[in-house]
Amino acid sequence: MLEHYLSLATKAIFVENMALAFFLGMCSFLACSKKVETAIGLGAAVTFVLVVTTPLNALLYHKLLKEGALGETINIEFLTFLTLIGTIAAMVQIVEMTLDRYFPVLYNTLGIFLPLIAVNCAILGASLFVAERDYTVAEGAVFGIGSGIGWTLAIVALAAVREKLRYSNVPKPLRGLGATFIVVGLMSIGFMAFSGIQL
Amino acid sequence: MKFLLDKHKKVAPLFERGGKFEKFFPIFEAHDTLLFTPGEVTKTSSHVRDGIDLKRLMITVVVALVPCILFALYNTGYQIHYAYLHGALPLDDWQTNLYLWIVGALGQSSDSMNPVLHVIHGALYYMPIFIAAFASGGVIELFSAIVRKHEINEGFLVTGMLIPLTLPPTIPLWQVVLGVAFGVIFAKEVFGGTGMNFLNPALTSRAFLFFAYPAYMSGDNPWIAANFQGIDSFSGATLLAQAAASAGALADASWWNAFAGFIPGSMGETSTLACLLGAVLLIITRVGSWRTMAGVVLGTVAVTVLFNAIGSETNPMFDVPFYWHMVLGGWALGTVFMATDPVSSAFTDLGKFYYGLGIGVMVVLIRVVNPAYPEGMMLAILFMNMFAPLIDHFIVQANIKRRMSGYA
Repeated sequence: MLEHYLSLATKAIFVENMALAFFLGMCSFLACSKKVETAIGLGAAVTFVLVVTTPLNALLYHKLLKEGALGETINIEFLTFLTLIGTIAAMVQIVEMTLDRYFPVLYNTLGIFLPLIAVNCAILGASLFVAERDYTVAEGAVFGIGSGIGWTLAIVALAAVREKLRYSNVPKPLRGLGATFIVVGLMSIGFMAFSGIQL
Repeated sequence: MKFLLDKHKKVAPLFERGGKFEKFFPIFEAHDTLLFTPGEVTKTSSHVRDGIDLKRLMITVVVALVPCILFALYNTGYQIHYAYLHGALPLDDWQTNLYLWIVGALGQSSDSMNPVLHVIHGALYYMPIFIAAFASGGVIELFSAIVRKHEINEGFLVTGMLIPLTLPPTIPLWQVVLGVAFGVIFAKEVFGGTGMNFLNPALTSRAFLFFAYPAYMSGDNPWIAANFQGIDSFSGATLLAQAAASAGALADASWWNAFAGFIPGSMGETSTLACLLGAVLLIITRVGSWRTMAGVVLGTVAVTVLFNAIGSETNPMFDVPFYWHMVLGGWALGTVFMATDPVSSAFTDLGKFYYGLGIGVMVVLIRVVNPAYPEGMMLAILFMNMFAPLIDHFIVQANIKRRMSGYA
């Protein structure tokens, strides 16, 4: 059993890395990766939201939304998106208030991207993967932690690379997001080392 | 030389600022510094301890690569003839046809085991790839030097030498050109040229080709330029791929053969011995970091011992000992020449060690755990290239913290 969860987590971190294999959560991935410290902060926030929302959504999906969960003839799967996003938005509110109260510096550097975690596709993506692959609540929790760590790893590495590239001489039209996109593309070639691993 | 120098001095003003051919200064400069010492001297008080510059650094690497290149020439031909001995037929391509014509003209038999003929046959495969890599990369480098107004750097010499060594002999030349273009443009020139990239351009080229044209870069066929149709007793696959497929493959093979490099594989990667000669030169001249190399060795040994202890019923790679890992595939070439690339590795001394350690761990992990890529060195180094700036960041921060606490 433990082995199963361990392989699920490894898969979520490396093989199916949210940022570099699925290219989910790109907006904050690109926008908040200028400094390593900010990237670590955002990564922690995303991981936290993932850890809470993914099992919660798994629970909701299995007990409420899935076809036949409420009774033989009832199917409210069309409410999946709405419900999942509702949970995520509520969680993000809580994280935002906590950061505002206890980590004002991080709160200010993250700026608009903190409330935008609510529409971070990596987080909705994790919840939808849970629904699609029929993960149990425990599996959902492990998958959430794994996805969060994977995404954090990717954004922190990207931030360090971008700090190094500040000394580079990028052609003018590519400066900023253009070069960052190229960096992300090259990084995902590196992450292809894991593609094809069967766990 | 005196005549050439005079000629150079005469035309120099044309290329300097305000001259007629100002735009083409990089071409003039490259030619000039290739033949003569640069004329500029430091104008204010200088603090030079040693005259080492980028040029000398890169030329040292090129010299260190010479054993690998010579062996690549020999082994590419040797493998073909070894395959002929086991019943393989000559390929019907221009290289082999030209070779057969040469052999006919010399009055030798086509499957002779004469080393000189091996080198000729190997060169017929190696040189076109080498020339294609240099020509395409050189044109791109030249073009971007003119457009971006930077000088042509010797960094490309090393990249251009490394790329053919990492390719199989049967690769079509258009793929070489495409791969070099991708590596040089997207891994280097986009960031401003030599010294400003974060991935190793040569490895990026190879990774691009590996993922874009897997049929030409993996499997049984590309490693030896001979026709294996209808032969069961002889496999053209690399030893690493054979080891991943069946447990007995390494038991039948000779370690010394693999160490010396008489095995199929990418042209320059097979000989650990040749790479070791290069490593000695790089370490003595301190061009390549011994910390990185030590890290890779240590990481490889540690993880292999761990895997050997775990063992596996189904996966024969678990039982491959570390001394085999070190002579198979691109391990040696990668450790000596790719991992130590000063630009894409970590900058801090301690960081270099951890960076090497990461490569050693990753290469064994990929080889053992990932059945899709028995060859893991390229991806392991690219992966750690990506994390090298992060390692540096943490080491610098830790150092700052330590110094601060000393003052508090």
